[in-house]
Order: sequence, then C-alpha cells, then structure tokens
Amino acid sequence: MNVTTRARSPSVSMPSPLGAIAGADAQIRAQVSDLNFWYGKFQALHGVSMPIHDRQVTAIIGPSGCGKSTLLRCFNRIHDLYLGVRYEGAIELMPDRLNLVGKAVDPILVRLMVGMVFQKPNPFPKSIFENVAAGLYVRGIRNRSEVEGRVEHALKQAAIWDEVSDRLKKPAYELSGGQQQRLCIARALAPEPKLLLLDEPTSALDPIATAKIESLIDDLAEQVTIVIVTHNMGQAARISDHTAFMHLGKLVEFGETEQIFTSPQAEQTRDYVTGRYG
Amino acid sequence: MSVTALGAPAETRRLVAQKKTQDLVFGTIGVLVLFVVMGLLLTLVSDLIIDGAGRITPEFLTSFPSRRAAQAGVLSAWIGTSLVMIVTAVVAVPLGVGAGLYLEEYAPKNILTDAIEINVSNLAGVPSIIYGLLALGFFVYALGMGQTILVGGLVLALLILPIVIVATREALRAVPAGLRESAYGIGANQWQVMWNYILPSARPGILTGAIVGLSRAIGETAPIITIGALTYIAFLPPSPVSSTPPFVNLDWLNSPFTVMPIQMFNWVSRPQAAFHENAAATGVLLLGMTLLMNGFAIYLRYRLRRTVRT
Repeated sequence: MNVTTRARSPSVSMPSPLGAIAGADAQIRAQVSDLNFWYGKFQALHGVSMPIHDRQVTAIIGPSGCGKSTLLRCFNRIHDLYLGVRYEGAIELMPDRLNLVGKAVDPILVRLMVGMVFQKPNPFPKSIFENVAAGLYVRGIRNRSEVEGRVEHALKQAAIWDEVSDRLKKPAYELSGGQQQRLCIARALAPEPKLLLLDEPTSALDPIATAKIESLIDDLAEQVTIVIVTHNMGQAARISDHTAFMHLGKLVEFGETEQIFTSPQAEQTRDYVTGRYG
Repeated sequence: MSVTALGAPAETRRLVAQKKTQDLVFGTIGVLVLFVVMGLLLTLVSDLIIDGAGRITPEFLTSFPSRRAAQAGVLSAWIGTSLVMIVTAVVAVPLGVGAGLYLEEYAPKNILTDAIEINVSNLAGVPSIIYGLLALGFFVYALGMGQTILVGGLVLALLILPIVIVATREALRAVPAGLRESAYGIGANQWQVMWNYILPSARPGILTGAIVGLSRAIGETAPIITIGALTYIAFLPPSPVSSTPPFVNLDWLNSPFTVMPIQMFNWVSRPQAAFHENAAATGVLLLGMTLLMNGFAIYLRYRLRRTVRT
C-alpha cells in the first residue's frame, strides 16, 4: 500500500511557535496504562498502554472487532450508559493525573472534559446554533453574548462558519451529511475539551466531505489533542502523528505514524498496513 | 456449461411466475378480509347515523334529559364526559409518562422492576368493571368521596394508566441510541438528557399513547356505572370559572354527573322507539367526540414532527 505520511509528523517537524511541544518528547496529554475492559464476561481490551501526545493526532487502527472503538469510548466513559461493563487500569489525564476510568470519577465530569464525535453524524433535532450551544448550556454558560461568541468561534474552528453563518436558526437536519459531521465537530469543540475523540468520523461520508474533514483535523491539531479511530489506513497515515495498531483487543504496536507505516516492528502490523488482511 | 446457461432463464422465469402468483393470491385474500372488516364497521356506523342523524339539532345539545323523547337532550352528558375526560387526562398523562420514564430510564434492572413491568402489561388487560369495583370500594366508600366527577375521572385514569405507561416506554425505546449517546457525549447529566433530548423526540409517540388511552376511556361505561354515576341528571356542575375572585373554583369536581355512554345505555334500555333514536344520536355524537380528539392528536403530532424530526 502506497501511503504518504503526514508532513507535520514530529520526526520531520517544521519550526513551530510551540517548539517545546513538537518533537519526539512532546508533552503527554493522557496516559493509558494497563487498561482492561469487559462487556459482561467478554474481555474486549487486554492491558492496553499508550501515551496520547498533547496537541497532536493519535490514530487507532486495526481490523473490525479489534477493540479500537471500545478503547476510544473508554476515554469519555460512554460505555457507562450500558449495563455490565467494567474497567480496570487507568487513563490518566494530565497534568492532574485524573483517572478517567476510575470508579470514583463521575462519568459526567469526564464527558465535560472530553468531547466526542461519532461515526454517523448525529446532530440534535434543533437549530444549527442550538446544536453548537448545547455543550455550553449543559455547562451553565447562558450569557447570550458569550454563547454567541463561542458558537461562532467553534463553527469557524470546524470550518463550517462560512456555510451556515446566514442560517444559524435553521434546523441542523437541513445540512448535508458532511456539513452535519463538521457541525458535530463544532459542537464538541465549543466547550474547549481537553481531548477530542473522533470515532470513524468519515466512514459515512463521500470522498469530498471526507477530504474536508481530514484537512480540518489537520488544522485542529494545532489547538486540541485528537484521538481518532479509523479503518482507513490512508487516512491514518495522512492526518496522524502517532498511530496505534490494535488486534484482538491488544495493542500490537504504537509509534510515530511514519514509523508504523514505513518500518513496522511487529509482523501483524506489517501485514495489516500492507493490506494483507483486515 | 452452455446448457445450464441456456436453461437458467426458463427456470428463473418459472420461479418469478410462481412468486407472482403467490403475491396475487395473498393480495386478494388481504383485500377480501379488509372489505369484510371495513364493511362491518361501516354498516354499524352508517346504521347509527341513519337512525340518529335526524335528532342531532342544537336543542339536542342544549337540553337536559326528559321523559318526553322529543324534548330530551344530552347537555349534562356531553358536559359530564368532557369534564371527566379533563380529570382523566390531567391524572393519567403525567402519572403514566412519569412511571414510563422511570421504568425505562432510571429504574435498576432487578426482580422487583421485572415484576412491576409484567404487572403493568397485565393491568392493561384487566376488565374495566374490576376497576369500577375497586373505585367503588376505595374512592366511594373507603374515602367517602361519593359519585362525583373526580371519582369518575380517577377510575378512568387508573384504567388507562397501563396504556399510557406502555406507550411511553415504547416511544422512549424508539429514540435512536445515537441521540442518547451524543447527548451524554456533550457532558449532559441524566436529567438534561431526558428533558432536553429524549422527551422531545419521544413526544409524538407518547402523545399517541395518551390519546389511544383517552379514546378508550371516553367510551367506557362499566366502571362509571359501577361507581354509581346517576343516569338522570337535570343540572350542570358548578362552573369552573366565575366573575368574582378567585375566578376559578374546583367545586365541579365534587358534582354528581353522567356521561355519554351512560345516557346512551339508559335510552337504549327504554321500550319507546323515539328514545332509541336519541340513543343513536348520542352514539353519533360520542363517535364525533372521539374523532375530534384523535384529529387533535394527529394535528399535534404533525406539528411536533415538523419541529422535532428524528
């Protein structure tokens, strides 16, 4: 498989105003350590450990059923909506080392800090404005001018402001699929999350909408830490700085994206990224 | 290879023809059944209309019952029915929706809630006269509330409570999981998710359940007769609004009453043909009230669907 790795990859990093952050020893935003996860009796994650680097894109790839979405959904405890799930181990959010999957940590608190965008665009059945403002409202931000300012900022961050600025009061369902997904990204960005989770955000979109989302993710990485699950290896190679390859609930290999795609250490990773299975 | 290639189309055509015959047979049976059912229903309704339409005049709606069939009217009955329905709706809808919400969203899954679930479903099948007996023993005698509009409304509310609960739960279950996940995903707590996202999406379904329940209640006779509602009422309950402060009063809740089905039952049981006409006319009006209620529900649902699409 012929893949071009991302230009902004740390190993070939350009001079950046945030010089301290770029580079191999970039700051860690979250540390996953020995994470195990069960759906009832079925263990879906086995001892996963990996760092999430600050203001970079971390991609999680792997064949269907490898646990990549399960891992991502641990980060904001969305699993807790369902019965019979169990976590062991830790996902520590830096700098406070708050364990996101700790029993004593309230899942609502976790979700207030970690934004998520789902596979299928799922705007709320409300207006475009209300969609982006929803996350602010649940945080008690009601001041009209502040809400308006942050909604506009989030829509600009999600590169959709120009398309919707004249119809903020219109229902979000009138937007196209790609626009809806960027709206969902704006919705997740508005409350300024410490982590942004993207669960196969382009799998329901056409190639043009996908390209827009990819370039958006590339731009966003300057400001926010992103973890993305994707089954599209080209996408992982194009937009991520680090890549984790998972198989059967285990983390097989984690490294800089360029290294994973050009000189993978594990045989399974090599087979997967060269398209031999998956 | 070429033989099968040539043979396949004929075989395929035969299969297609067979499927078409099957469709045709089933379609014909379906249409026949539909005609029988709709025909029966239409016959009943048109018979009622032919018998009663002549009696439906403004006077019929504004007169009290009378010994003389030609002067009798349903004023006290339709007002009684409307007031009882108001009480039923005010009691059954919030209770039913609240119970459905709790069972579906909040209740822990254990033996107790399982037992409650099974009981709620079974309650929907309990004959209405049993509810009447319960109300007679509990509301009328034990609590000494008498044969009032309040008791009538309460017993009908109990009767339709299971319907509202089951409909609410089904409407909540039909809310897509994606909406729930994304609402929790923005950091909302359970109350915010419920109130701002789940309930608005479930509203059309809940509304349908409430109206189905009320439509059942409006025609119920047995429990109302059991609690001892009067069949001859020649006065109206006290007006709920007045020109002197405090402008609203709830005295009407404690007033004796009659309802449309009872009035109809009363007239049907008389020997004179003229009263049978009155009964038919009452039946037509009762049907009209039910249709009006359903029409209102359809309109509301349409409005809600337009603003809240899922």
